[in-house]
Amino acid sequence: MLLKYLGKFQYLSIAALMLIANPIKADWFALNMTRGITDISNEVFELHMLIFWICVAIGVVVFAVMFYSMYAHTKKKNPVAATFHENTKVEIAWTIIPFLILIAMAIPASKTLVKIYDDEAGDVNIQVTGYQWKWQYNYLEDDISFFANLSTDADEIYNLVPKGENYLQEVDEMVLIPVGKKVRFLITANDVIHSWWMPDFAIKQDAIPGFVNTAWTKVDVPGIYRGKCTELCGKNHGFMPIVVKAVEQDEYDQWVSQKKDVAMKLAELTTKEWTTQELVDRGEDVYALNCVACHQTNGEGIQGIFPGLAGSDIALNDKEKHIEILMEGVQGAAMNSFSYLSEVELAAVITYTRQAWGNAENGDGEIVIPKDIVDYKQPKI
Amino acid sequence: MSAVIENHHDDHHHGPAKGLTRWLYTTNHKDIGTLYLWFSFAMFLIGGAMAMVIRAELFQPGMQIVEPEFYNQMITLHGLIMIFGGVMPAFVGLANWLVPMMIGAPDMALPRMNNLSFWILPFAFFILLSSLFMEGGAPNFGWTFYAPLSTTYAPPSVTFFIFSVHIMGASSIMGAINVVVTIMNMRAPGVGLMKMPLFVWSWLITAYLLIAVMPVLAGAVTMMLMDIHFGTSFFNAAGGGDPVLFQHIFWFFGHPEVYIMILPAFGIVSHIIETFSRKQLFGYSSMVWAMLSIAILSFVVWAHHMFTVGLPLAAELFFMWATMLIAVPTGVKVFNWIATMFRGSITFETPMLFACAFVVLFTLGGFSGLMLAITPADFQYHDTYFVVAHFHYVLVPGAIFSIMAAVYYWIPKWCGNMYDERLGKLHFWLSFIGVNVTFFPQHFIGLAGMPRRYPDYALQFADWNMVSTVGAFLFGVSQLLFLFIVVKTVMGGKKATDQVWEGARGLEWTVASPAPYHTFTTPPKID
Repeated sequence: MLLKYLGKFQYLSIAALMLIANPIKADWFALNMTRGITDISNEVFELHMLIFWICVAIGVVVFAVMFYSMYAHTKKKNPVAATFHENTKVEIAWTIIPFLILIAMAIPASKTLVKIYDDEAGDVNIQVTGYQWKWQYNYLEDDISFFANLSTDADEIYNLVPKGENYLQEVDEMVLIPVGKKVRFLITANDVIHSWWMPDFAIKQDAIPGFVNTAWTKVDVPGIYRGKCTELCGKNHGFMPIVVKAVEQDEYDQWVSQKKDVAMKLAELTTKEWTTQELVDRGEDVYALNCVACHQTNGEGIQGIFPGLAGSDIALNDKEKHIEILMEGVQGAAMNSFSYLSEVELAAVITYTRQAWGNAENGDGEIVIPKDIVDYKQPKI
Repeated sequence: MSAVIENHHDDHHHGPAKGLTRWLYTTNHKDIGTLYLWFSFAMFLIGGAMAMVIRAELFQPGMQIVEPEFYNQMITLHGLIMIFGGVMPAFVGLANWLVPMMIGAPDMALPRMNNLSFWILPFAFFILLSSLFMEGGAPNFGWTFYAPLSTTYAPPSVTFFIFSVHIMGASSIMGAINVVVTIMNMRAPGVGLMKMPLFVWSWLITAYLLIAVMPVLAGAVTMMLMDIHFGTSFFNAAGGGDPVLFQHIFWFFGHPEVYIMILPAFGIVSHIIETFSRKQLFGYSSMVWAMLSIAILSFVVWAHHMFTVGLPLAAELFFMWATMLIAVPTGVKVFNWIATMFRGSITFETPMLFACAFVVLFTLGGFSGLMLAITPADFQYHDTYFVVAHFHYVLVPGAIFSIMAAVYYWIPKWCGNMYDERLGKLHFWLSFIGVNVTFFPQHFIGLAGMPRRYPDYALQFADWNMVSTVGAFLFGVSQLLFLFIVVKTVMGGKKATDQVWEGARGLEWTVASPAPYHTFTTPPKID
């Protein structure tokens, strides 16, 4: 008996623990637009509030008259209706007055818009490229390039473990920007249209294949800012967040040199002797970041949309075609070129897909080393 | 002309044919109106069921019920079905029933085309819905089907989607031509243009909008078809095409389309407010001019859906100003409705309740529309739940409430029985509460930063999403009550008088209730 009660309490305490361990930031007071942290975002917020209060004022007046009529001019209280049905003066007044109010709104709105449309180069210029379903950042001055993927665990999404504080708002690599500098984003996309939204900067620019849109910001407050993709871009549209970290110049410089080091080390890897197991291990990670969304963890793809790799003829027996598909993409299909990955990553992921899911046993089991990719990239004569 | 009709009238006095063929072969405007209305009701329930799937998934953060892939199919089909299957056919059905009776015409001008324009619709939606069972699933790119997500990256069923949109477009164009020809040629002697009931006016303008923009939509989907199957690159940047071109074409159709879904509502609400205020509509001619201005402006504001695509500054300014201008004629309409009620002798039967809710809630949707027109602020609102809240406020308590109001208002004329007033009011209050609990919190969710078309969301949006879902299910369930009320009224009930409503004006109230199968075979006398 006692044990039974104890058991109940145990569940309760586990539930309580889960609540504590799961800082759900649900918020009844998340009602209004963020003020953001830049001059522009503040201006946009003020504009939003101005128009909101104008609408409230108009609404109060208009609805007051309407509700008064509904209350005072019922059949009970006013058995015989008035007979008027036009009044030129009133009608002119309620055409002109709204027009004047609109002009009063349009002036500050136009001024802010002109300020936002400043397309001079920034101190730091970052090319932002949308992919299904991740963002790539290229620092144009410093030759730094990386992808930012959602880092929330799939188990959190499927409710197997409690959700973390930054559920769906966290990435594996943040975009660093220096404070006090004008940072310009050159926004484009590689496949479908995405949209890069950072509410704290009041920036929302569509990322469109074949176009480069620009947006800029100047952040004075160091901190981590979180944004999202806002143009439907396929099944993982809700799972490609944006995280920007604004840091002091020193820290930024340090980060830049560190990133350059890493890039160099990666280049060295290309000349290293690779074993199959090393390639497969590395390829599994690359696969998880780049391929799994369509081709799935089990390599089966999604029937009718995304072809399976397990048992696919190309993955089994046609190494050259396999490399070509990753480098060039497939015309007219969702499969894009992945030539932006490093030679090591490409070789690893191709090797992985040729080894995993029984492909090695069913096919020729040939591996691809980084040199194969370097060779492929040589101009063909 | 009238002599010929009189002879005809004397010779055969026939009623409807019997059985299924009555509905298949019918060229009678009342039968076809009924078909359209039932069809749209069915689509409303199917599209509504999809909305329930969407809201159920969003009840809590995390993926619980469906996968993101299927979620995207639901949002796409929900939008397409509600717009092309729910709202538009309902208005065409009302036009069929009411326009001939309101202008004193015996039928629509082109009755056989009328039959055709209805009977191709079920096929269009059969094709669209069958795509759910195809390999790769149904269209999953949103009802706005932006390229290249809807071309290069689309599931194979996109071709069926294109075909079904073509059929819907053909149906709409035929319906619109029929309305225009009927109104222009078949008004009874004495019904001058500026004497036409406002519902007729609203439909005349709507019909011209349809004729102008449905071919543009057809063009857009045809270009998609070419891109997908015939190697063109209209919207493919890699082939020298332009994905933004798609959006320009789509919204050149899309913006007039949203007025197609609201202008007939303006007409309906004007009649209902006039009737239940027992007072002549205030500012008839300014109502007509306001609708014309809204229709004309609707062709020059399309890019306000595209403020974030990277338009040049001059374009952003122009489209902001032009969009704000729409507030003027829209305001005039709202002021006129309120002035009609002012010092009227008002009673609140169900149609009037829906009409009053329409005025208030449509105006709220108008306010958020005005906010969205402000380009810099739109950078924060665009593609968030704030937009979802906005267009649902103008479409659900806007267009759909007006349709419900119209059904309650005219159903005694259609079937000769009064609906159950107590149940009607219950339906109204449940819908009113449901719609606001569903969509008002979506303003908060959007401003707080939740993008639309997200199957899952960050934790700070959890509370209001839960509220919204509760409201959605309340609204959804209440519509089954509406179905019950309509069926009950059709089956029987208190007999309606010919006049039905004390304050009702217009030719449709001069014929018997239920309206005979053929009305105005002899043109009525108008003073």
